[in-house]
Amino acid sequence: MSSIPNAEDLYQTLLNQLREQKRISPDFQLAGLASGGAWVAERLTKDLGLSSHGVINVSFHRDDYAEKGIKALNSSEGMSTKLPFEVEGAHIILVDDVLDTGRTVRAALNELFDYGRPAKVDLAVLADRHRRQLPVDATFKGAKVKVADDQILVLEQLDDGRFSFSVEAQ
Amino acid sequence: MPKTSKTASQLQLNDQGELTHLLTLEGLSKEHILHILDTAQQFVAVSDSDREVKKVPLLRGKNVFNLFFENSTRTRTTFEIAAKRLSADVVNLDIQTSSTAKGETLLDTIDNLVAMQADIFVVRHKTTGAAVEVAQHLPPHVHVINAGDGTNQHPTQGLLDMYTMRHFKQDFTKIKVAIIGDIVHSRVAKSNIHALTTLGCPEIRAIGPESLLPKDLNMMGVKIYNNIEEGLKGVDVVMTLRIQKERMEAGQVPEGDEFFKQWGLTKERLQLAKPDAIVMHPGPMNREVEIASDVADGPQAVILKQVTFGIAVRMAVMSIVAGN
Repeated sequence: MSSIPNAEDLYQTLLNQLREQKRISPDFQLAGLASGGAWVAERLTKDLGLSSHGVINVSFHRDDYAEKGIKALNSSEGMSTKLPFEVEGAHIILVDDVLDTGRTVRAALNELFDYGRPAKVDLAVLADRHRRQLPVDATFKGAKVKVADDQILVLEQLDDGRFSFSVEAQ
Repeated sequence: MPKTSKTASQLQLNDQGELTHLLTLEGLSKEHILHILDTAQQFVAVSDSDREVKKVPLLRGKNVFNLFFENSTRTRTTFEIAAKRLSADVVNLDIQTSSTAKGETLLDTIDNLVAMQADIFVVRHKTTGAAVEVAQHLPPHVHVINAGDGTNQHPTQGLLDMYTMRHFKQDFTKIKVAIIGDIVHSRVAKSNIHALTTLGCPEIRAIGPESLLPKDLNMMGVKIYNNIEEGLKGVDVVMTLRIQKERMEAGQVPEGDEFFKQWGLTKERLQLAKPDAIVMHPGPMNREVEIASDVADGPQAVILKQVTFGIAVRMAVMSIVAGN
């Protein structure tokens, strides 16, 4: 049996890694993947004392349109891509709640590059399920987690801003 | 007309109740309409100025055929732009010089295009029910979007009008909408009336001379005004329509000047509507016939916004039907 990871612990680990990154090289922009990743990016922005963060909606570049149609487009709670900084030449850290197959990150890279050519892109995630189907890895991660194959890990943000994970049937 | 419309509203859904063609707004559920409007809202962002690549790959490798048996520059162009922003390949058939002109039937034309791997047909035709006929004839993986059939329906125009109203007025259940002019020949008016009714609009008014108002408006819950000043009082949305001379018999309406005097939307008349009322027109406009120039170019006009939103709405419709 796998246990549900503690999202707050993972968040603190991730925050510490990004604090260290900021100390070494402070010149980066955060872009959260809608919708869970955008919540994490928003909180990181506050805790790191950054001025703003971007949001990326991957819907236009998903690779399952042929199977699922457009339904997936509206699953991001109406968050559209918003990048309030120059993408061209920037160091951008993509932020997501869960890294799994890597397909969402592939779509996010395509969406990002529709706005310009960044100098460097990193990835920061709370939880890494490590069931990769594409050559993608995270530079910063809260922890590797184990969840039963037929379950998905869902991030929730509580009223006080704290995070919690739950599992749902796939 | 009612018989084909009933068939049309059933025909446009697949066995799972998903939209697989868009043929009519009559009988299309509120959920389907809102899903299209919400999806269109996402697509508006594709045209954002800070997005360098104003194109998304959803319909990459799909073939869209624009079949316009009636002329239309605006609608055909916005469908073409919408398809191209979705990365589809678009073929515009010039009907005047095509095989149809040599006597080929509509369905034979369709069969040949299906054999060329068509995925979506955008059909405009002067005959009521033409798009329905095409939809009935097609294999299930091919989709039809009605871009106007005779005086019957123009669903994407109706949807972009709904998008425009929601953008400026938010809540359909709190607005009064007045439609002025040639309603009897207007598929746009019909599509709008159906959609507004479905979305819970409490008051739809039709303003115009008796000869231009269809007899069944009362049954559709529309209030009839034969006096423009009365009809405009307190409305939130004013929709003017083009006088469709090509569909009329001689003498059916007063000529240009006379029509404008009685039914034209002037600045003075617009003041009878709510101060923040918006003015819409599906185009093409006849200035100083149904609408005064200073109203068409005035601060309350959202006519060009309708055109811009039309692209996002058509992207939404194409990507929804092609995915089902």
